[in-house]
Amino acid sequence: MIYMDHSATSPVDPEVFKAMEPYFVDSFGNASTLYSLGREARKAMEDSRKKVASLIGADPTEVIFTSGGTESDNIAIKGTAYRLRKKGNHIITSDIEHPAVEETCKYLEKNGFKVTYLPAGEEGIVKVEDLGNAITDKTILITIMHANNEIGTIQPIKEIGEVAREHKIYFHTDAVQSVGKIPVDVQDLNVDMLSLSSHKLYGPKGIGALYVKKGVRLEPIIHGGGHEKGIRPGTENVASIVGLGKACEIAEQNLEENLKRLTAIRDEIIEKVLSGIGQSYLNGHPTKRLPNNINFRFTSIEGESLVLHLDAKGIASSTGSACSSKKLEPSHVLMALGLKEVDAHGSLRLTLGKENKEEEIDYVVESIKDAVDTLRKLSPLWCQVDE
Amino acid sequence: MYSEKVMEHFSNPRNVGEIEDADGVGTVGNPVCGDLMTIYIKVKDNRIEDIKFKTFGCGAAIATSSMVTEMAMGKTIEEALEITRNDVANELEGLPPVKMHCSNLAADALHAAIEDYKKKLAEKET
Repeated sequence: MIYMDHSATSPVDPEVFKAMEPYFVDSFGNASTLYSLGREARKAMEDSRKKVASLIGADPTEVIFTSGGTESDNIAIKGTAYRLRKKGNHIITSDIEHPAVEETCKYLEKNGFKVTYLPAGEEGIVKVEDLGNAITDKTILITIMHANNEIGTIQPIKEIGEVAREHKIYFHTDAVQSVGKIPVDVQDLNVDMLSLSSHKLYGPKGIGALYVKKGVRLEPIIHGGGHEKGIRPGTENVASIVGLGKACEIAEQNLEENLKRLTAIRDEIIEKVLSGIGQSYLNGHPTKRLPNNINFRFTSIEGESLVLHLDAKGIASSTGSACSSKKLEPSHVLMALGLKEVDAHGSLRLTLGKENKEEEIDYVVESIKDAVDTLRKLSPLWCQVDE
Repeated sequence: MYSEKVMEHFSNPRNVGEIEDADGVGTVGNPVCGDLMTIYIKVKDNRIEDIKFKTFGCGAAIATSSMVTEMAMGKTIEEALEITRNDVANELEGLPPVKMHCSNLAADALHAAIEDYKKKLAEKET
C-alpha cells in the first residue's frame, strides 16, 4: 500500500515504539512519586520535554504535555479568553482553521466573546494588513494556524507575530501540521503559544504539547492535581511522552533532508497530474505550502468516489468532499478559497511522508488518471463540459 | 463503511452510459449536494428492454444507480414503479445511515424516467 494521508495520521516510527516500550510494564512508575521508579519516569519525561523544546526552539520549562493538538488548542484559546475576559472579549482567527480552533472560537462566541475570521482568500493565505484592520482595543488573542491541514498553505506567522507584539496581544498558532515538516522556531515566529501533536510526526496518538512562552498566564480549563504547572493536570502519560520526545528528536535530525526530498516528489506529482489530466487544478498556493501537501480538484467528479478508486489501487488519500464528511458539508477551507460547492466536491488530498519514494510517483499519477477517467465516463456533468 | 455488494457495484457498475433514442429520461439530484443521476430507458411492449445510467456522486450514489438498473431491466413498467429506495438499499445489503437520504436517489431517477416515458406516450396518443 502507498500511504499518502500523513496529514490524517502517520505510522509510529519503529524507533519511537522501541523507546516507549519500557514505560508500560517495567518502568511504569507515576512520575509524581518519590521512589526510584517514579524518579525514573520523571527523568524520562523531562528528557522528552527537552527534545520537544529543542525541535521548536523553546526552553523546556515552556513545554506543557497535553493529550494532543485539539486539547492544546482548547487550553490555549479558552485559557487566554477566560484569563483576560475583564480586559477584552475580542479574538481574531482565520476562516481556514482546523475544527479544534474553529469550533473553540464558535463556542466562545456563544459565551460572550466576539470573533473576527480573517479571510484566507483564493490562495489560502491570510493577509497581515487585514489583521491590522481587525485589531480593536478589546482584542485579547490572535490565533492563526501555521500551516493548513487541507491545502498545506503556510501562513505569515512571523509577520502576524510582529503585529501582535506591537499591540501587546497574545498570539497562538496551531502548528500541528508544520512541526517536524518545516523549521519551526518559536522565537523566530514571535508566538506566545504553539500547539503540536505527536501522531502527525511518527509518534503515538493521544499525546501532544503546548508551548507557553515564559510569563504568559492561562486560566486552567481542566482542574486536578497540579501536574504540568496546573495547566494540564492528570497523571502523566509517560510512555507516550517518551514517544513524542523520540519522534521530535528524529524529526529534528531528518528535517532538512525530508523537506528537500518531499518537496521534489510533491512538485513532480503536481506537475504530472496538472499536465496529464484535463480540467485539473491545484488548491492553495503552489509554493507557500507544506513540502508534503498536494490538494487537487477535478471537475465533474466527486472526491469520495475518487478516494475509493485509489484505495482499490492501493493508495490511501483523502478528500474535502461533503459526501465523505460526517456533517455532509463541503470543506470550509475549500469554500474559503472561493470554490463553488460542485468544485469542492471534486477535491483530492495527498499528504506525503518519509516512507514515500520517488519510484511511486508514476504509479500514483497513472492511478489518479485512471480513476478520474473512469469517474468522468460515468458522470453526466462531464458530458456537459465536453459540449 | 460500505458493504461488499456496494463496493462490487461501485467498482464494476452495470449499464453505464446513455441511450440516444431513449423512450424516457429521468434526472434527479443536484450537483451542489454532490449527487446527480440520469437514467435512460428503452421500453418495448410495456417492458423495460434497456436501461442505462450516468451518475456524478459518491460511492453510494454510483452503486445504487448500478443496482437499480439491474433491478429494473426486463421488468414491466408497473413492476419497475414498485421498486423503492429501500428495495435498492436492501439489495445492496444496506447503506450507511448518513447515505440513506442523500445518495439513495436511484429509485427516484428510475421513476422520473418512467414518468417521462408515460408523458411522451400520452403526447403521442393525443
